[in-house]
Amino acid sequence: MHHLKELTMSNIFQMPHGGTVYGTLLNHREALAALGDQVNVAPYKAPPKAPILYIKPRNTWAQSGDAVVVPSDAPELQMGATLGLVIGRVASKVSVADALDHVAGYVVLNDISVPHDSFYRPSMRFKCRDGFCPMGAYVPRAAVANPDALAMTVAIDGVVVQHTQTGGRIRSVAQLLVDVTEFMTLHLGDILSIGVSAHPPLAHAGQSVTITVDGVGKLENTLVSEELV
Amino acid sequence: MKRAKVAYGGAIHEAYEHPDGLRLADGRVVAEDAVVWLPPFEVGTIIALGLNYADHVKELSKELTVTAKDEPLAFLKGRSSLIGHRAQTRRPEGVAFMHYECELAVVIGRTAKNVKREDAMPYVAGYTVANDYAIRDYLENYYRPNLRVKNRDGGTVLGPWFVDAEDVADPHALSLRTLVNGVVTQQGNTADLISDIPTLIEYLSGFMTLNPGDVILTGTPDGVVNVNVGDEVVTEIDGIGRLVNTIVADATFGR
Repeated sequence: MHHLKELTMSNIFQMPHGGTVYGTLLNHREALAALGDQVNVAPYKAPPKAPILYIKPRNTWAQSGDAVVVPSDAPELQMGATLGLVIGRVASKVSVADALDHVAGYVVLNDISVPHDSFYRPSMRFKCRDGFCPMGAYVPRAAVANPDALAMTVAIDGVVVQHTQTGGRIRSVAQLLVDVTEFMTLHLGDILSIGVSAHPPLAHAGQSVTITVDGVGKLENTLVSEELV
Repeated sequence: MKRAKVAYGGAIHEAYEHPDGLRLADGRVVAEDAVVWLPPFEVGTIIALGLNYADHVKELSKELTVTAKDEPLAFLKGRSSLIGHRAQTRRPEGVAFMHYECELAVVIGRTAKNVKREDAMPYVAGYTVANDYAIRDYLENYYRPNLRVKNRDGGTVLGPWFVDAEDVADPHALSLRTLVNGVVTQQGNTADLISDIPTLIEYLSGFMTLNPGDVILTGTPDGVVNVNVGDEVVTEIDGIGRLVNTIVADATFGR
Protein backbone atom coordinates (compact mmCIF):
# COMPACT_ATOMS: atom_id res chain seq x y z
CA MET A 1 0.00 0.00 0.00
CA HIS A 2 1.33 3.40 -0.93
CA HIS A 3 -1.00 6.15 0.12
CA LEU A 4 1.79 8.54 -0.57
CA LYS A 5 3.44 7.28 -3.68
CA GLU A 6 3.59 10.86 -4.89
CA LEU A 7 5.19 12.18 -1.73
CA THR A 8 8.57 13.54 -2.67
CA MET A 9 11.00 15.59 -0.71
CA SER A 10 10.15 18.63 -2.77
CA ASN A 11 6.51 18.58 -1.82
CA ILE A 12 7.41 18.12 1.82
CA PHE A 13 9.28 21.38 1.52
CA GLN A 14 6.34 22.99 -0.20
CA MET A 15 4.03 22.31 2.73
CA PRO A 16 4.16 25.78 4.28
CA HIS A 17 3.45 24.53 7.75
CA GLY A 18 3.86 20.89 6.93
CA GLY A 19 5.28 18.02 8.83
CA THR A 20 7.29 18.18 12.01
CA VAL A 21 10.78 16.67 12.04
CA TYR A 22 11.53 14.81 15.27
CA GLY A 23 14.94 13.61 16.36
CA THR A 24 15.47 10.80 18.87
CA LEU A 25 18.15 11.23 21.53
CA LEU A 26 20.55 8.43 22.52
CA ASN A 27 18.76 5.67 20.63
CA HIS A 28 22.03 4.23 19.35
CA ARG A 29 23.25 1.72 21.96
CA GLU A 30 26.81 2.83 21.50
CA ALA A 31 25.84 6.49 21.96
CA LEU A 32 24.16 5.73 25.27
CA ALA A 33 27.05 3.48 26.31
CA ALA A 34 29.44 6.36 25.66
CA LEU A 35 27.83 8.20 28.59
CA GLY A 36 28.86 5.31 30.84
CA ASP A 37 27.93 5.65 34.49
CA GLN A 38 27.05 9.33 34.02
CA VAL A 39 23.47 8.26 33.33
CA ASN A 40 23.09 7.10 36.92
CA VAL A 41 24.25 10.30 38.59
CA ALA A 42 23.05 13.91 38.58
CA PRO A 43 21.69 15.51 36.60
CA TYR A 44 20.37 12.41 34.79
CA LYS A 45 19.98 10.09 37.79
CA ALA A 46 18.72 7.21 35.60
CA PRO A 47 19.04 5.97 32.03
CA PRO A 48 16.32 7.16 29.61
CA LYS A 49 13.09 5.17 29.87
CA ALA A 50 10.75 6.41 27.14
CA PRO A 51 12.05 7.77 23.82
CA ILE A 52 13.55 11.24 24.30
CA LEU A 53 12.59 13.34 21.30
CA TYR A 54 13.46 16.80 20.07
CA ILE A 55 12.33 18.87 17.12
CA LYS A 56 14.29 20.16 14.15
CA PRO A 57 12.14 23.19 13.24
CA ARG A 58 11.48 24.45 9.73
CA ASN A 59 14.33 26.96 9.75
CA THR A 60 16.72 23.98 9.96
CA TRP A 61 15.39 22.17 6.90
CA ALA A 62 17.70 21.95 3.92
CA GLN A 63 18.21 19.73 0.92
CA SER A 64 21.13 17.91 -0.59
CA GLY A 65 23.41 20.42 -2.26
CA ASP A 66 22.53 23.29 0.07
CA ALA A 67 25.37 25.07 1.82
CA VAL A 68 25.32 24.75 5.60
CA VAL A 69 26.38 27.89 7.40
CA VAL A 70 28.86 27.29 10.22
CA PRO A 71 28.08 29.86 12.90
CA SER A 72 30.96 32.02 14.05
CA ASP A 73 30.54 30.85 17.67
CA ALA A 74 30.91 27.16 16.75
CA PRO A 75 33.93 26.43 14.55
CA GLU A 76 33.23 22.69 14.29
CA LEU A 77 29.89 20.97 13.89
CA GLN A 78 28.81 17.39 14.50
CA MET A 79 27.59 15.58 11.40
CA GLY A 80 24.80 13.39 12.78
CA ALA A 81 24.17 10.63 10.27
CA THR A 82 20.77 9.06 10.65
CA LEU A 83 17.73 7.67 8.88
CA GLY A 84 14.47 9.65 8.75
CA LEU A 85 11.16 7.80 8.67
CA VAL A 86 8.65 9.73 6.56
CA ILE A 87 5.18 9.18 7.95
CA GLY A 88 2.55 8.32 5.35
CA ARG A 89 -0.46 7.49 7.53
CA VAL A 90 -1.66 8.99 10.78
CA ALA A 91 0.01 6.91 13.48
CA SER A 92 -1.54 6.75 16.94
CA LYS A 93 -0.79 3.90 19.34
CA VAL A 94 0.44 1.61 16.60
CA SER A 95 1.50 -1.98 17.21
CA VAL A 96 4.83 -3.57 16.29
CA ALA A 97 3.04 -5.61 13.64
CA ASP A 98 1.53 -2.64 11.80
CA ALA A 99 4.07 0.08 12.66
CA LEU A 100 5.84 0.02 9.31
CA ASP A 101 2.53 0.38 7.44
CA HIS A 102 2.56 3.98 8.68
CA VAL A 103 5.88 4.74 7.03
CA ALA A 104 5.68 6.07 3.48
CA GLY A 105 9.41 5.99 2.99
CA TYR A 106 12.82 7.09 4.14
CA VAL A 107 15.27 9.94 3.82
CA VAL A 108 18.94 10.27 4.64
CA LEU A 109 19.13 12.90 7.35
CA ASN A 110 22.07 14.88 8.70
CA ASP A 111 21.09 15.98 12.20
CA ILE A 112 23.71 18.68 12.61
CA SER A 113 24.60 19.91 16.10
CA VAL A 114 26.92 22.31 17.76
CA PRO A 115 28.84 19.88 20.00
CA HIS A 116 27.46 19.83 23.53
CA ASP A 117 28.28 17.60 26.48
CA SER A 118 25.14 17.89 28.53
CA PHE A 119 21.82 16.40 27.50
CA TYR A 120 20.01 17.66 30.59
CA ARG A 121 18.33 20.72 29.12
CA PRO A 122 16.73 21.17 25.69
CA SER A 123 19.22 22.06 23.06
CA MET A 124 17.72 24.62 20.71
CA ARG A 125 20.86 26.74 20.55
CA PHE A 126 22.85 23.64 19.56
CA LYS A 127 20.44 21.86 17.23
CA CYS A 128 18.14 24.52 15.73
CA ARG A 129 20.46 26.79 13.76
CA ASP A 130 19.31 27.61 10.24
CA GLY A 131 20.12 24.80 7.81
CA PHE A 132 21.02 22.26 10.51
CA CYS A 133 18.76 19.53 9.14
CA PRO A 134 19.64 18.61 5.56
CA MET A 135 17.48 15.78 4.24
CA GLY A 136 18.00 13.76 1.10
CA ALA A 137 15.62 12.51 -1.54
CA TYR A 138 12.61 10.52 -0.43
CA VAL A 139 12.74 6.78 -1.11
CA PRO A 140 9.51 4.74 -0.89
CA ARG A 141 9.30 2.11 1.80
CA ALA A 142 9.04 -0.77 -0.65
CA ALA A 143 12.54 0.04 -1.93
CA VAL A 144 14.09 -0.83 1.44
CA ALA A 145 13.93 -4.42 2.63
CA ASN A 146 15.00 -3.89 6.24
CA PRO A 147 15.42 -0.36 7.62
CA ASP A 148 17.13 -1.77 10.71
CA ALA A 149 20.08 -3.17 8.76
CA LEU A 150 21.42 -0.45 6.49
CA ALA A 151 25.06 0.55 6.33
CA MET A 152 25.68 4.30 6.77
CA THR A 153 28.86 6.21 6.11
CA VAL A 154 29.98 9.78 6.60
CA ALA A 155 32.64 11.10 4.26
CA ILE A 156 34.37 14.44 4.66
CA ASP A 157 36.05 15.79 1.54
CA GLY A 158 35.65 12.37 -0.01
CA VAL A 159 37.30 10.42 2.82
CA VAL A 160 35.06 8.10 4.80
CA VAL A 161 35.47 9.03 8.47
CA GLN A 162 32.61 7.04 9.94
CA HIS A 163 31.27 3.57 9.18
CA THR A 164 28.04 2.97 11.03
CA GLN A 165 24.62 1.45 10.45
CA THR A 166 20.93 1.89 11.17
CA GLY A 167 20.95 -1.16 13.44
CA GLY A 168 22.30 -1.31 16.97
CA ARG A 169 19.42 0.83 18.16
CA ILE A 170 17.82 0.54 21.57
CA ARG A 171 14.52 0.78 19.72
CA SER A 172 14.23 -0.63 16.23
CA VAL A 173 12.23 1.32 13.66
CA ALA A 174 9.01 -0.52 14.54
CA GLN A 175 9.54 -0.33 18.30
CA LEU A 176 10.35 3.37 18.11
CA LEU A 177 7.09 4.01 16.26
CA VAL A 178 5.21 2.01 18.90
CA ASP A 179 6.76 3.87 21.83
CA VAL A 180 6.47 7.33 20.28
CA THR A 181 2.89 6.96 19.09
CA GLU A 182 1.90 5.69 22.52
CA PHE A 183 2.13 9.30 23.73
CA MET A 184 1.77 11.46 20.60
CA THR A 185 0.29 11.12 17.15
CA LEU A 186 2.51 11.28 14.09
CA HIS A 187 0.94 12.78 10.98
CA LEU A 188 1.40 12.50 7.26
CA GLY A 189 4.58 14.30 6.31
CA ASP A 190 6.12 14.15 9.78
CA ILE A 191 9.63 12.75 9.86
CA LEU A 192 11.00 10.78 12.81
CA SER A 193 14.71 10.05 12.94
CA ILE A 194 15.99 6.83 14.45
CA GLY A 195 18.68 8.79 16.27
CA VAL A 196 22.22 9.81 15.46
CA SER A 197 24.96 7.19 15.58
CA ALA A 198 27.58 7.45 18.32
CA HIS A 199 30.61 9.67 17.88
CA PRO A 200 29.36 11.91 15.07
CA PRO A 201 32.34 13.24 13.14
CA LEU A 202 33.19 16.93 13.23
CA ALA A 203 33.46 19.14 10.18
CA HIS A 204 34.36 22.76 9.65
CA ALA A 205 33.77 25.49 7.09
CA GLY A 206 35.18 24.71 3.66
CA GLN A 207 34.60 20.98 3.94
CA SER A 208 32.04 18.94 2.08
CA VAL A 209 30.12 16.20 3.84
CA THR A 210 28.50 13.18 2.23
CA ILE A 211 26.25 10.86 4.17
CA THR A 212 25.31 7.63 2.46
CA VAL A 213 22.70 5.16 3.62
CA ASP A 214 22.74 1.95 1.61
CA GLY A 215 19.57 1.63 -0.43
CA VAL A 216 18.28 5.06 0.57
CA GLY A 217 20.76 7.41 -0.99
CA LYS A 218 23.27 10.15 -0.57
CA LEU A 219 23.14 13.55 1.06
CA GLU A 220 25.85 16.04 0.17
CA ASN A 221 26.35 19.43 1.73
CA THR A 222 29.18 21.91 1.91
CA LEU A 223 29.95 23.86 5.04
CA VAL A 224 30.54 27.57 4.66
CA SER A 225 31.69 30.12 7.19
CA GLU A 226 29.12 32.58 8.52
CA GLU A 227 31.52 35.40 7.74
CA LEU A 228 31.36 34.53 4.05
CA VAL A 229 27.56 34.56 3.86
CA MET B 1 -8.83 43.69 16.16
CA LYS B 2 -9.58 40.23 17.52
CA ARG B 3 -9.84 37.37 15.06
CA ALA B 4 -10.75 33.75 15.54
CA LYS B 5 -10.53 30.79 13.21
CA VAL B 6 -13.52 28.49 13.43
CA ALA B 7 -15.08 25.59 11.60
CA TYR B 8 -18.76 26.09 10.80
CA GLY B 9 -21.10 24.71 8.18
CA GLY B 10 -18.48 22.55 6.56
CA ALA B 11 -15.77 25.15 6.11
CA ILE B 12 -13.16 27.10 8.03
CA HIS B 13 -13.85 30.78 8.62
CA GLU B 14 -12.25 33.84 10.08
CA ALA B 15 -14.59 35.20 12.77
CA TYR B 16 -14.90 38.31 14.92
CA GLU B 17 -16.45 39.33 18.21
CA HIS B 18 -20.19 40.01 18.18
CA PRO B 19 -22.67 40.68 21.02
CA ASP B 20 -24.60 37.50 20.12
CA GLY B 21 -21.57 35.22 19.79
CA LEU B 22 -19.34 35.72 16.83
CA ARG B 23 -19.61 37.03 13.31
CA LEU B 24 -18.11 35.06 10.46
CA ALA B 25 -16.28 36.91 7.71
CA ASP B 26 -19.17 36.07 5.37
CA GLY B 27 -21.63 37.92 7.64
CA ARG B 28 -23.30 35.07 9.50
CA VAL B 29 -23.68 35.55 13.24
CA VAL B 30 -23.41 32.30 15.20
CA ALA B 31 -23.32 31.24 18.85
CA GLU B 32 -19.97 30.64 20.51
CA ASP B 33 -20.85 26.97 21.02
CA ALA B 34 -22.12 26.45 17.48
CA VAL B 35 -18.62 26.46 16.02
CA VAL B 36 -15.43 24.49 16.46
CA TRP B 37 -12.68 26.86 17.54
CA LEU B 38 -9.31 26.25 15.97
CA PRO B 39 -5.96 27.79 16.90
CA PRO B 40 -6.51 31.36 15.66
CA PHE B 41 -3.62 31.66 13.19
CA GLU B 42 -1.49 29.46 10.92
CA VAL B 43 0.97 28.11 13.47
CA GLY B 44 4.58 27.63 12.45
CA THR B 45 7.35 26.69 14.88
CA ILE B 46 6.13 26.52 18.49
CA ILE B 47 8.73 27.68 20.99
CA ALA B 48 7.96 27.38 24.68
CA LEU B 49 9.73 28.81 27.68
CA GLY B 50 10.26 27.08 30.98
CA LEU B 51 11.01 28.79 34.25
CA ASN B 52 10.39 32.31 32.98
CA TYR B 53 8.56 33.72 36.01
CA ALA B 54 10.56 34.13 39.21
CA ASP B 55 7.76 32.85 41.43
CA HIS B 56 7.33 29.68 39.34
CA VAL B 57 11.07 28.98 39.54
CA LYS B 58 10.76 29.18 43.33
CA GLU B 59 7.72 26.91 43.23
CA LEU B 60 9.65 24.20 41.40
CA SER B 61 13.01 24.79 43.08
CA LYS B 62 12.83 21.65 45.22
CA GLU B 63 12.91 19.40 42.18
CA LEU B 64 15.32 21.42 40.07
CA THR B 65 18.74 19.89 39.72
CA VAL B 66 20.25 23.02 38.27
CA THR B 67 19.23 26.41 39.58
CA ALA B 68 21.67 28.71 37.82
CA LYS B 69 19.94 30.48 35.01
CA ASP B 70 22.35 31.74 32.41
CA GLU B 71 20.10 31.59 29.37
CA PRO B 72 16.38 31.15 28.73
CA LEU B 73 15.12 27.57 28.97
CA ALA B 74 13.51 27.23 25.55
CA PHE B 75 12.11 24.10 23.97
CA LEU B 76 9.96 23.20 20.98
CA LYS B 77 6.54 21.65 20.63
CA GLY B 78 5.01 19.96 17.58
CA ARG B 79 1.94 21.21 15.78
CA SER B 80 0.21 17.89 16.39
CA SER B 81 -0.18 18.91 20.04
CA LEU B 82 -2.37 21.92 19.10
CA ILE B 83 -6.04 22.34 19.86
CA GLY B 84 -8.31 25.37 20.06
CA HIS B 85 -10.78 26.95 22.48
CA ARG B 86 -13.50 24.82 24.12
CA ALA B 87 -11.73 21.55 23.30
CA GLN B 88 -10.76 18.52 25.36
CA THR B 89 -7.40 17.37 26.69
CA ARG B 90 -6.77 13.82 27.78
CA ARG B 91 -5.59 12.86 31.24
CA PRO B 92 -4.15 9.34 31.05
CA GLU B 93 -5.31 6.86 33.67
CA GLY B 94 -2.96 6.53 36.60
CA VAL B 95 -0.93 9.73 36.34
CA ALA B 96 -0.46 11.70 39.56
CA PHE B 97 0.34 15.24 38.41
CA MET B 98 -1.00 16.81 35.24
CA HIS B 99 -1.10 20.59 35.24
CA TYR B 100 -2.06 23.53 33.04
CA GLU B 101 0.19 26.50 32.34
CA CYS B 102 -1.40 29.83 31.46
CA GLU B 103 0.93 31.71 29.12
CA LEU B 104 1.01 34.76 26.89
CA ALA B 105 1.64 33.54 23.33
CA VAL B 106 3.57 35.97 21.15
CA VAL B 107 3.08 35.51 17.40
CA ILE B 108 5.88 36.57 15.05
CA GLY B 109 4.80 38.63 12.04
CA ARG B 110 8.05 39.28 10.16
CA THR B 111 11.13 37.23 9.44
CA ALA B 112 13.55 37.86 12.29
CA LYS B 113 17.28 37.08 12.37
CA ASN B 114 19.81 38.69 14.71
CA VAL B 115 17.29 41.22 15.95
CA LYS B 116 18.38 43.40 18.87
CA ARG B 117 16.02 43.81 21.77
CA GLU B 118 15.49 47.51 21.16
CA ASP B 119 14.29 46.70 17.63
CA ALA B 120 12.31 43.58 18.52
CA MET B 121 8.72 44.63 19.19
CA PRO B 122 7.81 45.47 15.55
CA TYR B 123 8.44 41.79 14.76
CA VAL B 124 5.43 40.84 16.88
CA ALA B 125 2.19 40.44 14.88
CA GLY B 126 -0.04 39.77 17.83
CA TYR B 127 -0.95 37.71 20.84
CA THR B 128 -3.14 34.90 22.01
CA VAL B 129 -3.59 32.82 25.15
CA ALA B 130 -1.83 29.47 25.53
CA ASN B 131 -2.42 26.63 27.92
CA ASP B 132 0.76 24.57 27.79
CA TYR B 133 -0.13 21.32 29.59
CA ALA B 134 2.46 19.10 31.27
CA ILE B 135 2.30 15.66 32.84
CA ARG B 136 5.08 15.64 35.38
CA ASP B 137 4.92 11.86 35.92
CA TYR B 138 6.75 11.49 32.61
CA LEU B 139 9.63 13.87 33.37
CA GLU B 140 13.06 12.48 32.60
CA ASN B 141 16.33 14.33 32.97
CA TYR B 142 17.17 14.32 29.27
CA TYR B 143 16.30 17.42 27.23
CA ARG B 144 14.01 18.15 30.14
CA PRO B 145 11.11 18.90 29.83
CA ASN B 146 10.99 16.00 27.40
CA LEU B 147 8.32 15.70 24.74
CA ARG B 148 6.45 12.91 26.50
CA VAL B 149 5.67 15.51 29.20
CA LYS B 150 4.96 18.41 26.91
CA ASN B 151 4.07 17.31 23.41
CA ARG B 152 1.06 15.11 23.91
CA ASP B 153 -1.98 15.39 21.63
CA GLY B 154 -4.14 18.23 22.91
CA GLY B 155 -1.35 19.48 25.13
CA THR B 156 -1.03 22.91 23.51
CA VAL B 157 -4.24 24.91 23.67
CA LEU B 158 -4.29 28.21 21.75
CA GLY B 159 -6.97 30.87 21.42
CA PRO B 160 -9.68 31.94 21.36
CA TRP B 161 -8.55 35.15 19.65
CA PHE B 162 -5.58 36.41 17.73
CA VAL B 163 -5.20 39.99 18.99
CA ASP B 164 -3.29 42.44 16.82
CA ALA B 165 -0.13 43.76 18.49
CA GLU B 166 -1.22 47.36 17.92
CA ASP B 167 -4.26 46.75 20.12
CA VAL B 168 -2.18 45.72 23.13
CA ALA B 169 -0.80 48.86 24.73
CA ASP B 170 1.71 47.10 26.98
CA PRO B 171 2.17 43.33 26.69
CA HIS B 172 4.38 43.48 29.79
CA ALA B 173 1.55 44.63 32.04
CA LEU B 174 -1.09 41.96 31.52
CA SER B 175 -2.71 40.11 34.40
CA LEU B 176 -3.16 36.42 33.77
CA ARG B 177 -4.87 33.71 35.77
CA THR B 178 -6.16 30.15 35.65
CA LEU B 179 -9.48 29.02 37.04
CA VAL B 180 -10.23 25.36 37.66
CA ASN B 181 -13.97 24.79 37.94
CA GLY B 182 -14.38 28.52 38.59
CA VAL B 183 -11.80 28.75 41.38
CA VAL B 184 -8.70 30.86 40.76
CA THR B 185 -5.64 28.63 41.16
CA GLN B 186 -2.96 30.63 39.37
CA GLN B 187 -2.33 34.35 39.09
CA GLY B 188 0.45 36.45 37.70
CA ASN B 189 1.37 39.40 35.55
CA THR B 190 3.55 39.54 32.46
CA ALA B 191 5.46 42.35 34.19
CA ASP B 192 7.20 39.52 36.08
CA LEU B 193 8.64 37.74 33.04
CA ILE B 194 12.32 36.99 33.69
CA SER B 195 13.10 37.23 29.96
CA ASP B 196 10.67 39.72 28.47
CA ILE B 197 9.44 39.62 24.87
CA PRO B 198 12.27 41.67 23.30
CA THR B 199 14.84 39.64 25.23
CA LEU B 200 13.35 36.39 23.94
CA ILE B 201 13.25 37.63 20.34
CA GLU B 202 16.88 38.76 20.59
CA TYR B 203 17.93 35.45 22.15
CA LEU B 204 16.08 33.18 19.71
CA SER B 205 16.73 35.19 16.55
CA GLY B 206 20.40 35.25 17.54
CA PHE B 207 20.75 31.58 16.57
CA MET B 208 17.72 30.82 14.38
CA THR B 209 15.51 32.62 11.90
CA LEU B 210 12.03 33.25 13.23
CA ASN B 211 9.33 33.22 10.57
CA PRO B 212 5.81 34.65 10.40
CA GLY B 213 3.48 32.34 12.29
CA ASP B 214 6.15 31.15 14.68
CA VAL B 215 4.90 31.53 18.23
CA ILE B 216 6.66 31.99 21.55
CA LEU B 217 4.84 30.69 24.62
CA THR B 218 6.42 32.93 27.23
CA GLY B 219 6.17 30.72 30.32
CA THR B 220 3.85 30.48 33.29
CA PRO B 221 3.73 32.01 36.77
CA ASP B 222 3.37 30.36 40.17
CA GLY B 223 0.32 28.23 40.89
CA VAL B 224 0.25 25.08 38.83
CA VAL B 225 -1.99 22.46 40.43
CA ASN B 226 -3.12 19.01 39.42
CA VAL B 227 -6.23 18.75 37.27
CA ASN B 228 -8.61 15.80 37.10
CA VAL B 229 -11.01 14.28 34.62
CA GLY B 230 -14.09 16.48 34.29
CA ASP B 231 -12.35 19.69 35.34
CA GLU B 232 -13.00 22.84 33.37
CA VAL B 233 -9.74 24.75 33.02
CA VAL B 234 -9.93 28.42 32.03
CA THR B 235 -6.69 30.23 31.23
CA GLU B 236 -7.29 33.92 30.93
CA ILE B 237 -5.24 37.02 30.09
CA ASP B 238 -6.78 40.47 30.46
CA GLY B 239 -7.36 42.05 27.08
CA ILE B 240 -6.26 38.93 25.18
CA GLY B 241 -8.83 36.25 25.87
CA ARG B 242 -10.40 33.58 28.01
CA LEU B 243 -9.44 30.11 26.84
CA VAL B 244 -11.59 27.19 28.00
CA ASN B 245 -10.53 23.55 28.07
CA THR B 246 -11.98 20.40 29.62
CA ILE B 247 -10.04 17.44 30.98
CA VAL B 248 -11.29 14.04 29.75
CA ALA B 249 -10.41 10.41 30.42
CA ASP B 250 -8.94 7.65 28.28
CA ALA B 251 -12.47 6.31 27.80
CA THR B 252 -13.32 9.33 25.61
CA PHE B 253 -10.70 8.06 23.19
CA GLY B 254 -11.82 4.45 23.32
CA ARG B 255 -8.37 3.13 24.13
